[in-house]
Amino acid sequence: MTKEECKKIVLDIIADIAPDEDLSNVKPEVRLRDQLQLDSMDFLDIVMELRKRHSIEVPEADYQQLASLDSCAEYLTPKFLALAAKG
Amino acid sequence: MAYDWLKGVADEYDVIVIGSGLGGLTGANVLAKAGHRVLLVEHHYQFGGLATWFTRKGGHIFDISLHGFPSGMIKSCRRYWTKEISDAIVLLKDIRFVNPQMDVWTTFTREDYTRVLVDQFKLPRAEVEAFYDYLRAMNYYDNNPETTGEMFERFFPGRADVHRLLMEPISYANGSNFNDPAITFGIVFSNFMGAGVYTYRGGSDDMIEKMVAELKRNGVELRKKVLVEKILVEERAGQKIACGIVAGNGRVIRAKAVLSNANIKNTIFRLAGAENFPADFAAQAEAVRINTSSCQVYFGIRKGESIPHIGDLVFTSSAPNYSNEELTDFHTTSRTFSLYYPEIRPGSDRYTVVASLNGRYPDWNTLSEADYEAHKLRMIEESLVALEKFIPDVRGKIDWQEAATPRTIERYTTHLNGTSFGTKFEGLPVSMNLSEKLPGLFHAGSVGIIMSGWLGTINYGVITANKVDKYLFAMKQNQPAAPAMA
Repeated sequence: MTKEECKKIVLDIIADIAPDEDLSNVKPEVRLRDQLQLDSMDFLDIVMELRKRHSIEVPEADYQQLASLDSCAEYLTPKFLALAAKG
Repeated sequence: MAYDWLKGVADEYDVIVIGSGLGGLTGANVLAKAGHRVLLVEHHYQFGGLATWFTRKGGHIFDISLHGFPSGMIKSCRRYWTKEISDAIVLLKDIRFVNPQMDVWTTFTREDYTRVLVDQFKLPRAEVEAFYDYLRAMNYYDNNPETTGEMFERFFPGRADVHRLLMEPISYANGSNFNDPAITFGIVFSNFMGAGVYTYRGGSDDMIEKMVAELKRNGVELRKKVLVEKILVEERAGQKIACGIVAGNGRVIRAKAVLSNANIKNTIFRLAGAENFPADFAAQAEAVRINTSSCQVYFGIRKGESIPHIGDLVFTSSAPNYSNEELTDFHTTSRTFSLYYPEIRPGSDRYTVVASLNGRYPDWNTLSEADYEAHKLRMIEESLVALEKFIPDVRGKIDWQEAATPRTIERYTTHLNGTSFGTKFEGLPVSMNLSEKLPGLFHAGSVGIIMSGWLGTINYGVITANKVDKYLFAMKQNQPAAPAMA
């Protein structure tokens, strides 16, 4: 799992929960909320999809780590790696 | 022997959802789509909770609460339900306020409301914009003690007319008033100020039918006419947990988690039992105030007759000023007419008018049967006279009329004190912390004012479903792995 692969995973989830959004130009360093029509319910959906598809739990206190694609990758990649090592 | 409405239901599920209000239905759907086995039980003979309807002879279909939700419903229905459902959501363009202080006709969008406040009420545009911006920036976790009334006075001092224009529609939407925390106004008002007021084309019956079909597609087992007697609570390793339900016929059905869409006080005191919670939490729940309720009067226009377009939602009152007391008074003159024109039900040529009034349960519950009937007739006649001001010849076109009161709501929803708006603000933390106090038990429903209304309750259903999913996920992780087959 590379950070780029991790970003792709997050983008795939966003594509499913916000089907009307154009994701071709999402800037990884900019907050997702500032470039897409995402609200707090969308972030809840991202958390649920990470749990469902990838068995990754994001505690409520860490929701802010999902602010941008870059911060998602920083936060989630070690979780994916730990899971892979376990499994 | 009575028919067994639980016939064919399994003895064990991942989740049991109690109640089929929009929060319960949406929670069930999200959990089923996350791969859980879900049973949903409803005590009424119809799914939908207060998102409901009834039919009467003469071909009338009356909707209870269809008109008047914010545009956010489009997104939530698209995401948590189906495109078909979200595509049926349409804008209501004509919202009116007619009372001794004003005669306003607006689309209730931010742009048009600003026009009204600036042109008609002569407020400086900058002040109006500053008010909107302040509301937008509010968060429910800010713990700001300011009330809605205090906030209005701060932004628009001495302008009772402006306060009324702002407060009245939200009072009908969620039962809040000047004395409630400003956040309860701010969240709901901001939701509407995005893009106006919406309804569902096809009627409540069509929407609920499509939701039930989607639940079945996703594998949810749905049963109506099943009154839950108790939530099953057992002790595991010294810790009490909720682990199923006892139905009215004594049948026990087990589940890893229970999501109650019943009123929060019903959930704690009638279903789970106060003895299963820490004493301080039970006391906190006891202190939660039930919100006020509603009355409605239903007018069915005879087949073949039509009425003119007088607006979609018409807020009316003869009271010289808005006051919390007048609005919920037994003899209030404040009522909102919801107009249902044929376009709402494609293929139909029928009109109905529903008058909604705020009401208090004790005023109605203490009446003798004879007085109860007499006051319902009084309310019907007063509403009809008020409607005649807009449609002078309407009386001769009506061939069905009847009234509902907080007692009616109690009967069909089992809500404590027949509340139609859940609880006051302090109910929210009780609902949100429920699963910490009794693991396995979760709540979603009209609570804390901000979770009232269709959008609030749908989204709260999703928020709670996420908690349930997290709980089930953790339970699975902690289980010892099944031994591999040799």
